[in-house]
Amino acid sequence: MNQRKLNLTLKIWRQPGPNSAGSFVEYKVSVSPDSSFLEMLDDLNNELESKNLEPIAFESDCREGICGTCGLVINGHPHGPIPKIATCQLHMRNFKDGDTIWVEPFRAKAFPVIKDLIVDRSALDRIMEAGGFISVNTGSAPDGNAIPIPKDVASEAMDSASCIGCGACVAACKNSSAMLFVGAKVSHLALLPQGQPERYIRVQAMVKKMDELGFGACSNTYACEAECPKGISIINIARLNREYIKSKLIADEV
Amino acid sequence: MIKLDSKIPAGSLKDKWENHKFNMKLVSPANKRKYEIIIVGTGLAGASAAASLGELGYNVKVFTYHDSARRAHSIAAQGGINAAKNYQNDGDSVYRLFYDTIKGGDFRAREANVYRLAEISGNIIDQCVALGVPFAREYGGMLDNRSFGGTLVSRTFYAKGQTGQQLLLGAYSAMNRQIKLGKVKLYTRREMVDLVVVDGIARGIIVRNLVTGDIEKYSAHVVILATGGYSNVFFLSTNAINSNATAIWRAHKRGAAFANPCFTQIHPTCLPLHGEGQSKLTLMSESLRNDGRIWVSKFKGDIRHPNEIPEEERDYFLERKYPTYGNLSPRDISSRAAKEVVDEGRGAQGQEAVYLDFRDAIKRLGRKVIEERYGNLFEMYKTITGDDPYEVPMKIYPAPHYTMGGLWVDYNLMSTVPGLFVAGEANFSDHGANRLGASALMQGLADGYFILPYTVGNYLGSEKPTLVETDHPEFEKSKKEIQDFTNKLLSIKGKRTVDSFHKQLGRLMWDKVGMSRSAQGLKEAINQIRELREEFWRDVNVVGSANDLNQCLERAGRVADYLELGELMAIDALHRNESCGAHFRVEYQTEDGEALRNDEEYAYVAAWEFKEVGKWELNKEPLIFENVQLTTRSYK
Ligand SMILES: Cc1cc2nc3c(=O)[nH]c(=O)nc-3n(C[C@H](O)[C@H](O)[C@H](O)COP(=O)(O)OP(=O)(O)OC[C@H]3O[C@@H](n4cnc5c(N)ncnc54)[C@H](O)[C@@H]3O)c2cc1C
Ligand code: SF4
Ligand code: FES
Repeated sequence: MNQRKLNLTLKIWRQPGPNSAGSFVEYKVSVSPDSSFLEMLDDLNNELESKNLEPIAFESDCREGICGTCGLVINGHPHGPIPKIATCQLHMRNFKDGDTIWVEPFRAKAFPVIKDLIVDRSALDRIMEAGGFISVNTGSAPDGNAIPIPKDVASEAMDSASCIGCGACVAACKNSSAMLFVGAKVSHLALLPQGQPERYIRVQAMVKKMDELGFGACSNTYACEAECPKGISIINIARLNREYIKSKLIADEV
Repeated sequence: MIKLDSKIPAGSLKDKWENHKFNMKLVSPANKRKYEIIIVGTGLAGASAAASLGELGYNVKVFTYHDSARRAHSIAAQGGINAAKNYQNDGDSVYRLFYDTIKGGDFRAREANVYRLAEISGNIIDQCVALGVPFAREYGGMLDNRSFGGTLVSRTFYAKGQTGQQLLLGAYSAMNRQIKLGKVKLYTRREMVDLVVVDGIARGIIVRNLVTGDIEKYSAHVVILATGGYSNVFFLSTNAINSNATAIWRAHKRGAAFANPCFTQIHPTCLPLHGEGQSKLTLMSESLRNDGRIWVSKFKGDIRHPNEIPEEERDYFLERKYPTYGNLSPRDISSRAAKEVVDEGRGAQGQEAVYLDFRDAIKRLGRKVIEERYGNLFEMYKTITGDDPYEVPMKIYPAPHYTMGGLWVDYNLMSTVPGLFVAGEANFSDHGANRLGASALMQGLADGYFILPYTVGNYLGSEKPTLVETDHPEFEKSKKEIQDFTNKLLSIKGKRTVDSFHKQLGRLMWDKVGMSRSAQGLKEAINQIRELREEFWRDVNVVGSANDLNQCLERAGRVADYLELGELMAIDALHRNESCGAHFRVEYQTEDGEALRNDEEYAYVAAWEFKEVGKWELNKEPLIFENVQLTTRSYK
């Protein structure tokens, strides 16, 4: 356990509601290096509440990097400066005494701010609803071992399926593109034998919805991959492009 | 007094579910379209139920307080899901899974429910594979398995260390398909704050819109709660920080009996506490116990670095005490054993922690294999603690993790309020006094995919309930009560923060209603909780307004419920004068410190009926064992 405390200046984005103007507000905190970034905010909020001030609205849930709820832009990086972790996994030992830290919400046209650091990322769910599934009714499945799946195929599908739906890729991208998120789901299902029957309808439906919702195009800057907490590779974007082109050749447009 | 009718079907254990399905009333496709079903919760239980009921043609409305259905706490389950497939040819069977679960639960669960669960387990795996869940595979392309605590066979299916995530995304995708088809309508950022009961039947719910603060009313023919467990009553637990008891607690106050509230599981392998401001305890999957060895120094106050403690000075206490199951002993037993050595002063480097060591496994299997099996867990450990488990043994300690107790349900998963069904961790049904690893995911999906679609249909087909519109006075009354409750919270304007109450309650629960309990401690706890509750209602400070996104208000409502539930947990623990499973009363133990059950007097489900705040009436459902013999659990 570490007794030494870090004294930090936080510049946090505060915005009362979707239609009000926001601004950075400065807070001074003193925090243990063993504390997590969100625990620091918990503490600050407790302090604000005890002064009868409204706490800073931010979201988190699992606090172990799997649910995708948390998401702050810290010093310009979605999920903070350390690669391959979510905001909730960021610990204060990665900062130095005296640092100034800027904290903002994920920003994208498709992610409107609700309050302070909370944004609406439901557009990602809308894309999933458009086609991110395999159509099989409960009860109609064959035995789990009926279709062997090579180990490496299963683990490649697993890699793509590890996306936590946090939206950091969108926030990182100057075009607010959701290609990494969509590519991950399309790849996951296209790699597996179970996903074959709807392979091409799926990719078309998801891409169409993505475009409708105001996500931008991909211009290959790879910022998404760099900020993705799960290390989802841009191979998934290449696959998405390939699947999409093939779908245009093979299937009718949906 | 409520009548507890478990509705266990007649016939032999093997035939009960089959016969029951055959005897159930069916609803015609044309009529299914006329029925409205409300589901609260989009975890494994809620999402799988929504998908399956939508597929059948019902109109389903699903609610979650999360911003997305995929965030439900099920997403965080790491280790795996059990199924009696016997793919490993190692002697597994439906009966063995049934027996292991009944025994693991220390003979405090219903035989019929548990058998059905084991029976269905195989179908779950099939369904998940079909939905595209990328379970781990062997080189030949077949599904891989591992072992979990409390069993001697390998029946756990897994997807890296992210099994819950993959199963949930499967159920979520199936639900999304129904959303696209218009059969399921999803309401996010809505917190259920009340159950509406008219003429003794569940008719709908009241929710708070967490963005606007609006109190909204929804009615249906059936309400299903799949709202998860209540471990967060301890403040620090492995659960997601928003997991809470509000839905089941408010339903309890409207008439649903609460069963075995004191059966709460303390998980042996979590990261130890690091400091004051800590917000949660992180679980390290129990699957680590397949290859990791648990030990402490043989000497008290040994603060040497673990790598400097030679082999002969290490006490592998689980292997020593329980040679047959060793590091894979059930959770309750492993947790208590860890507490024991720490209480003796032999904790890792003097801390409240024991070692979980992979040195030997890395030697035996090579680093690569270990990396493949547990890579992400090792990384997670390193991110949080700064230590590298490939080099230094992990430090772990028990933490509140799962609640076997929950709303009482009959064999059909219906609560004591007709029309109110409860699924997943929110009900009490299958795990008795202790849950075996990898069985919660199985139960949640069994309830949602394979049980509710039948039993809800049977209720609708036989009872033919009518729809009560939301302008009915009961809906209005309930809405008004919630508004009053909110205003009351906001108007106290006291001196203490919501969190300070939650932390104080949590500490109290952990000390006195946690891993080991005594009559005296429990009595103290009851008094202290009452005092704390009074203080809360006198001195809490809830800032902000009712008509806005207000997280302080959200937390306040949940903590108000914990302050009532905590008392009931202590009352239940005090009344149960025996030790069984996770419920350990110091007065009732064998000479060598094992749990001492009292089957003569306590082989029943304690179902508590709410009278008023601080007052409950006990109802008992006797547990009848026709197939297994009640034995003293031995993992030696
Ligand atoms: C860290 C961790 C690891 C685990 N690992 C395993 C494992 O390896 N194997 C295993 O079998 N089990 C495991 N478990 C247990 C298992 O994950 C849970 O018991 C199970 O996922 C619970 O699922 P559920 O569907 O019942 O509820 P949850 O997944 O908790 O979902 C609850 C849902 O209800 C909603 N909700 C709750 N209250 C309200 C309300 N008032 N209004 C609106 N919505 C509400 C939530 O938004 C959420 O959608 C683990 C648990 C933890 C904590
Ligand atoms: S691809 Fe990565 S950054 Fe994008 S949503 Fe998924 S996990 Fe988050
Ligand atoms: S809170 Fe779940 S990923 Fe950060």
